[in-house]
Amino acid sequence: MNNWAYGLFGGVLIGLSATLLLWSIGRIAGISGIVNGLGTAPRSDRSWRLAFLLGLMTAGGIALQFLPYAPMRAQTGSTPLLLLAGLLVGFGTRMGGGCTSGHGVCGLGRLSWRSLAAVLTFMAAAIATVFIVRHLTGAPE
Amino acid sequence: MNSTVLAALVSGALFGLGLAISGMTDRRVILGFLDLFGEFNPQLAYVLAGAVAVTAIAFRFVLNLPRPALAAGFQLPAATAVDRRLLLGAGIFGIGWGLVGFCPGPALVGLAGGLRDAMIFVPAMLAGSYCHYLLERRARIGEE
Repeated sequence: MNNWAYGLFGGVLIGLSATLLLWSIGRIAGISGIVNGLGTAPRSDRSWRLAFLLGLMTAGGIALQFLPYAPMRAQTGSTPLLLLAGLLVGFGTRMGGGCTSGHGVCGLGRLSWRSLAAVLTFMAAAIATVFIVRHLTGAPE
Repeated sequence: MNSTVLAALVSGALFGLGLAISGMTDRRVILGFLDLFGEFNPQLAYVLAGAVAVTAIAFRFVLNLPRPALAAGFQLPAATAVDRRLLLGAGIFGIGWGLVGFCPGPALVGLAGGLRDAMIFVPAMLAGSYCHYLLERRARIGEE
């Protein structure tokens, strides 16, 4: 799938989502932070997190059933690699205080140098990883 | 349902729709973007450009308001320093992202949409996050 119109449109929806959350309840729409707070935030601070994730997964999950270009549901990746990558993504986003949404969409939007440093770092690490996996080892994903 | 929860629900739904429509739940698309020296796929750049174009303009207006519509104040991240923890964490995240092409949001949407890869990835992601939480808690107790 490579279509700039769908990309821009989806991106604008994501930007509007982050704007709505900040304008309404004053929160940053960072997915890893919202998930992590479910376990650590005070009880009164959990309902909005659950509601956000419920909306994200319901709307996104339903949309995937109807989009002609949605990815295949059947497993395509190696299980050990998916498990390792999941561990690294969970550990790293908690340690670095954000992921593509919190540092990327929101952090860049509020012109945070800290987030820009994070985005450049995870992009560089990911690009280097893909280069090594695809072009140096030739291993399947 | 109170208005805070409703706002979060609608915001989450917009985010999920955006991720699905833009193709970000397809990890081949993400790996294509990260593969600068192979079959490069620019899709992620369009998505990030669309999203940041909105937030860069709209956040300015919103953050100039005295307070959010439904809450007492804005809760922005307090940290501003570019420190070792930030860079190391972002680096570890980037390696995991580059290995399979999932980051947290698309993985959760993929899980809800029934993608087998996401069903394997998401529990490991939660476990990784919990590992860091435990390590940090132990370090804090050690300091006290």
